[in-house]
Amino acid sequence: MTAHAQDRLPLAEPLHGTVTLVRSVRHTLRRRVVLVSVVLAVILLGLFVAGMAVGDYPISLQQLFASLTGRGTRATNFIVYDLRLPRVVTGMTIGVCFGMSGAIFQSMIKNPLASPDIIGITSGASASAVVAILVLGLGGFAVSGVSLVGALLTAGLIYGLAWRKGLAGYRLVLVGIGIAAMLASLIDYLMTRAEVNDAQVALLWLTGSLNGASTAKMVPLLVLTAIIVPITLWAGSALSGLQLGDDTAKSVGIRVELTRLLLIVFGVALAAIATAAAGPVGFVAFVSGPIARRLTRGTGVALVPAALVGAVVVSAADFIGQHALPMQLPVGVLTAAVGAPYLIYLLIVSNRVGNGG
Amino acid sequence: MTTVTVAGTTEQPAVGSAWRRWSLRLIGLVVAVGIVAVLCFLSIAIGTRSISLDTTFQALVAYDAQSTDHLVILNYRIPRTVLGLMVGAALGLAGAVMQGVTRNPLADPGILGVNSGAALFVVLAIAVFHITTVLGYVWFAFLGAGVAAVIVYSVAALGREGATPIKLALAGAAVTAAFGAVTTSFLLFNQSTFDQFRFWQVGALAGRDIAVAAQVGPFLAVGAVLALLLGRALNTLSLGEDVATALGSNVALNRALAAAAVVLLCGAATAACGPIGFIGLTIPHVARMITGPDYRWILPYSMVLAPILLLSADIVGRVIAPPGEVQVAIVTAVIGAPVFIALVRRRKLADL
Repeated sequence: MTAHAQDRLPLAEPLHGTVTLVRSVRHTLRRRVVLVSVVLAVILLGLFVAGMAVGDYPISLQQLFASLTGRGTRATNFIVYDLRLPRVVTGMTIGVCFGMSGAIFQSMIKNPLASPDIIGITSGASASAVVAILVLGLGGFAVSGVSLVGALLTAGLIYGLAWRKGLAGYRLVLVGIGIAAMLASLIDYLMTRAEVNDAQVALLWLTGSLNGASTAKMVPLLVLTAIIVPITLWAGSALSGLQLGDDTAKSVGIRVELTRLLLIVFGVALAAIATAAAGPVGFVAFVSGPIARRLTRGTGVALVPAALVGAVVVSAADFIGQHALPMQLPVGVLTAAVGAPYLIYLLIVSNRVGNGG
Repeated sequence: MTTVTVAGTTEQPAVGSAWRRWSLRLIGLVVAVGIVAVLCFLSIAIGTRSISLDTTFQALVAYDAQSTDHLVILNYRIPRTVLGLMVGAALGLAGAVMQGVTRNPLADPGILGVNSGAALFVVLAIAVFHITTVLGYVWFAFLGAGVAAVIVYSVAALGREGATPIKLALAGAAVTAAFGAVTTSFLLFNQSTFDQFRFWQVGALAGRDIAVAAQVGPFLAVGAVLALLLGRALNTLSLGEDVATALGSNVALNRALAAAAVVLLCGAATAACGPIGFIGLTIPHVARMITGPDYRWILPYSMVLAPILLLSADIVGRVIAPPGEVQVAIVTAVIGAPVFIALVRRRKLADL
């Protein structure tokens, strides 16, 4: 649209060349974002089909298609709808949530280390879940509920403590670190005081696992995600403006405080609902943004590619953890095992080219 | 102290206010050292077994092997106090060096992968080699810390521009996560290993022999000297890579030296006490609030302020839940975090 507006301005001749160049570069970058997103979506579709078809009872593509379009037998319907769909869909959804949440915080605070894991939001969810498991003796759905409440309370506390005549990103992060350290030590303390069996249950939750995925948990997750993601994308369009710094952002007409508040709320909400659904699946929020940025070769904010990268990482990790190894491993172990080498590979490749950052 | 002399000769003595600031900082440092000394004495005096200050003093000047109180002081309280002093100083220094070299306020010593490497190797020591004593873990933890740091640094240093801050941070987090994944899968499938590991993981000063301090001492000493000498180099690095190069500083060499210092300090500290977070991350921020952005001051201040936090946390941990104790790393975070948050709220933060 900006390009269109510029068309109507009378341009001096020498400037015209530059404008055309800028426009074509911007066009190429935008086309690359679309291309990367499409490729990621195709990979995700492949992972969806693989996750649905492979298992102790293999389901053929025809059976899967028939079942999904409502023409399946009772047996395949049971496997597809009750056993596999919740797991696969939950995995993809939490991937989207973590990926997007991480990208929001990393680009808003302009620090690749500022993922929700590090600045205290997921630690709120984790600590309350560990309290629920080890102290209150709860399980299943109740743990999810408690962790969701814990995450939101923690985020509110961090925000409240960091607010002081406005919100500096730097202060938010440091307060988050302080809170995260307290909660982490609470977790460690409870772990040393508990029975070893209970502590191991808590450890599994802290690792992040899709074993508990069910339709009953999937539906609220999907509904919340479907509401939050579009609003986040809308608010996220101001992120690249915010990255220029508060004064510049204000001068181009962005309502800085409001936008930042909205983005924090949505970033927290995404991380919180995903953590409640499957535990703090490590590394997804941290890794998705940097991978997406290197794939799109852009320097700006790429929320959609980051969300898709998150979904791909979680789905691929869970598939490998379920089917490709001699023993079944929870997804949280594999996300790091899948994401970390890939990020290192990207670092090595981009370092050779010389634009590693 | 070397750093202090260097700072003294380079300041302009003609400018009165610079002199004033310099002596104020020096006085502050001396006061902090005094607080550390008092805390050391308290740490020897206070514990589950109540020993009077007078007896404590007697034990230090005229040791009597027949007295149970004196035995407790020699065998339990002095080792953990010495260890607390050493480890605290090491973590504070390592944190300041790490934040300086990565120019990232979120970087803690663990970002070089030190903690994750130590954790993985301790798990291997328990699960594969069936080692059960702290003294036995030490070398495994130290080796693991070194291995992880070498991997992180080599990945980050690839390419023309070397180990830039962003590449270090990303590579560190990636390697930490990868090591953590292996550690977790061991723990999930091996309950007896997990049962031992959770007590190492929590980070404590108690139950360590003076032999542990003697083992890691030389590494900490070398690391500390190296780190304290890096003040000028970190000041130059903080101006950015290009300016640093233009000023004639060897950026690659200084980064490598800084990484070596962090591995020595943080690796040895983690080997001795398990991972103690929070100190390395937050103490440099507190030091920076007091001194401003000059690393020749931030480094010694971090080195002195960190043991204040660690020792007082250890003392509180001994008396807070009688008859038991709460591990020092837990208390560090619980009393350190609110103070840190209050500081963050009150003061205008010195930016990196």
